[in-house]
Amino acid sequence: MKFIDEYRDPRLAHALVARITRRVTRPWVLMEICGGQTHTLMRYGIDSLLPPQIELVHGPGCPVCVTPLEIVDKAIRLASLPEVTFVSYGDMLRVPGSETDLFHVKAAGGDVRVVYSPMDALRLARAQPERQVVFFAIGFETTAPANARAAWQARREGLKNFSLLVSHVLVPPAIRLLLGSPVNRVQGFIAPGHVCTVMGYREYEALSRDFRVPIVVGGFEPLDLLEAIAMLVEQLEQGRAETENQYVRSVTCEGNRPAQQIMEEVFEVCDRQWRGLGWIPGSGLRLRPELAAFDAERIFGLADTGVEEPAECQSAQVLQGLKKPLDCPAFGNRCTPENPLGAPMVSAEGACAAYYQYRRPAAGR
Amino acid sequence: MNDKRPGLEPLTCPVLLPAKDTVLLGHGSGGRLTAELVRKLFLPAFHNPALARLDDQAVISLDGLRLAFTTDSFVVQPLFFPGGDIGSLAVHGTVNDLAMGGARPLCLSAAFILEEGLPLATLERVVRSMQEAAAAVGVEIVTGDTKVVEKGSGDGLFINTTGLGVVPAGVELSADRARPGDRVLLSGSLGEHGIAVLARREGLEFDCPIESDSAPLHTLVAAMLSVSRAIRCLRDPTRGGLATALNEIAAQSRVGIRIEEAAIPVREEVQGACELLGLDPLYVANEGKLVAIVAPEVAEPLLAALRAHPLGARAQLIGAVTDGRPGEVVLRTRLGTSRLVDMLSGDQLPRIC
Repeated sequence: MKFIDEYRDPRLAHALVARITRRVTRPWVLMEICGGQTHTLMRYGIDSLLPPQIELVHGPGCPVCVTPLEIVDKAIRLASLPEVTFVSYGDMLRVPGSETDLFHVKAAGGDVRVVYSPMDALRLARAQPERQVVFFAIGFETTAPANARAAWQARREGLKNFSLLVSHVLVPPAIRLLLGSPVNRVQGFIAPGHVCTVMGYREYEALSRDFRVPIVVGGFEPLDLLEAIAMLVEQLEQGRAETENQYVRSVTCEGNRPAQQIMEEVFEVCDRQWRGLGWIPGSGLRLRPELAAFDAERIFGLADTGVEEPAECQSAQVLQGLKKPLDCPAFGNRCTPENPLGAPMVSAEGACAAYYQYRRPAAGR
Repeated sequence: MNDKRPGLEPLTCPVLLPAKDTVLLGHGSGGRLTAELVRKLFLPAFHNPALARLDDQAVISLDGLRLAFTTDSFVVQPLFFPGGDIGSLAVHGTVNDLAMGGARPLCLSAAFILEEGLPLATLERVVRSMQEAAAAVGVEIVTGDTKVVEKGSGDGLFINTTGLGVVPAGVELSADRARPGDRVLLSGSLGEHGIAVLARREGLEFDCPIESDSAPLHTLVAAMLSVSRAIRCLRDPTRGGLATALNEIAAQSRVGIRIEEAAIPVREEVQGACELLGLDPLYVANEGKLVAIVAPEVAEPLLAALRAHPLGARAQLIGAVTDGRPGEVVLRTRLGTSRLVDMLSGDQLPRIC
C-alpha cells in the first residue's frame, strides 16, 4: 500500500539496523515518548533487531494511561447520571476508576457513546437537545486542537447542552520532569511525531539546550523509528545534543499555526496530575474562564476526591523508564488487560499492555 | 475422553461469577471474555463430550449416521450493509458452521425476535434475502419461530438460525487435531466483512466501497475434501478474526502455531481502513473465509483446490503448526522478527491518536 509499505520495507529496515550497529561503540538508553511508537516497536519487534548496546525504555506518552484516576472517577460519575449522554474515545472505556469503568457504567444503563471525533459529540448534542452531552476531552497536544474546536463551535452555536470534561496533558513538561530526576537514565529521546505536527519542535530545542540531551522527532512506522534511533546514536556518539527532525513528511519547526491558535483561544495551561507520575507543573490544559459554560466539572459541580493509585502498581517506574514491564512481579498474573492494576496496562498503547500483547514470557501465561 | 484439554479439568459444577460482574459487550466479542464465559459458566453447566470439543458444530452419531448440529444468533447493525444483510448472513453463518465440520448442509431453522415498530417492508426484504441465500446453498428453512418484544427491548431485528447437516464417512475435523508439522492454509483476504459493517455503521466513506465477504463455504469445503481427507481442522474466522481462530485451535490441540505476516492477504482498501481506525486486520471479522490445518503432504494439492474455486482464488499457505509453547500463536513479521498474536480481551477499540 502506497505510503505505508515504503516505511515497512525489510531491506531498508535492515540497512538502518546495520548503520546503527556500525556506529554504536558503547551503551545508550533511549526513550520513545509516545505510546503509538511503543506499540510499533513491540508490534514489529524492532528492539530485537538492535545491537545489545541500545536499550529502549518507554515513556509516558499514552494519553489513556496517564489520565488521573480522579478524572476517570469523575467521568464515571457523569456517565452514571440519567440526564447525561457521555461521549468518549473508545479506549477510555476500559480504563478502571477506583471502583468501576465506563464499560460497566454502560452495561448498567448509562448512556455512554464511542466516537472517532469530538464533532460527533456536537452532532449528538444538536440531535438531542433534551439531554446533556458531555465529551471526555483527553489526550496530548495531538487531540487538543480538535477538542478545542468542538468547544469553540459549541460556543458559536450557543449550544446549552454540551460540555467537556477536560484532562489534556502536554509532553515537554513531562520530559523536563524526567530529565530533572536524580535517577534519570535516559540519554536520548524520540519525540512524538504527531504532537510535533501540531506544536512544532521549538520547545524540544529548549530541552536539548537546557539538559544537553539529543532529541529526534520521530514518526510511527518501523523505518521512522529505526531512522530516529540511528540519528540519536549518531548524535550521542559524536557528543552532540540537538533537536533534529526525522518525521519531515509531517513535522515542521513551527508546527500547525491554526491548530495552535484554536488551542490558545480555548485552553489555558494549568498544573496537571499524571497517573503514575503525580503532579507536574504547567503540564496540562484546561478551559479558559470565558468558556466556563462548557466546563462539565463546573456545570455538574464535581469536587475532587483525592483518590490514590493502588500501591502495588509500579507504573511510575515504568513510565519514567526506570523499569521494564517484565520487571514487575505483578505483570501477567495480578495485572492483566482484563484486570489492570495501573495505567500502562490499561490502553493498547500502554507499555505494559504492549508487552502483554506481543511479548509475554512463559510464566505470564 | 476430553480430560486432557485445557480448562476442563477442575470443572464439575457451574462456577459462580463474582457477584459484582455484569455482562459487558466484550462478552460477545469472541475474545478472551467470551472464552471465559464459555469456560466458567456454560461448559461446566452443560458438560458433555460433544460440547467439550468446542468446535463450530456438534457431531452426533445416530444409527451409523453422523449428524452435524449448530446454532448461531445474528444481531448485526446495520441490518443492511454492502455485500449482504442480516438475512443472508444468518444463512451463510450457520451453513459455514456446518461446513467447518465437513458436513453437507441439510436444512435450517429460523427464529425471529422482532422489535415492535419494525417496518414490515424491512422484515420482508430480510426474509426474501434469506430465502435467496438458502436456495443458492440448496437448503430449506424447514421450521421457525416468531417473537415480538416491546419497543426499546430489542434492536429492530435479531435472527437465530440452527442448522443440521451430514458428515460424510471418513471425515474427522476438529480443533484438537492439529499436530506439529501441519500446514495452515487461509482461503482469502482478511477483514472485509468487519470493515464493511463498521464503515456503514459509522458512516465512513471510502473511495472504493468495501463489501462484506459473506458467502456460503460448503462447496469450497467439498472441493477440499474431494482432494484429501487429511484435513485436521477447519474454522471460519468470524468475530475475533484469524487471530482468535488460530488461538482456539492452538489451545485445543495444545500446539504452537507460526504464521508469516507477508503471506497473509489483506486487500488494500481494508488495510487502509484499518490503518486509519487503528485496527489490526488479524482480529477483524470475516464471513466468507476459512482457515484450514492440513497434513503437510497434502498442503500443496489442497491449496491448488482452494485456488481453483471462486471463493478461494486468493488462498495462501500462511504458516505451520509447531511444537512451540502450547496455545501460543507467533507471527513472523515482514522485518523477520517474531511476536505473539494473542487473543484480545474484548473488542478492538479505536485508539485515541
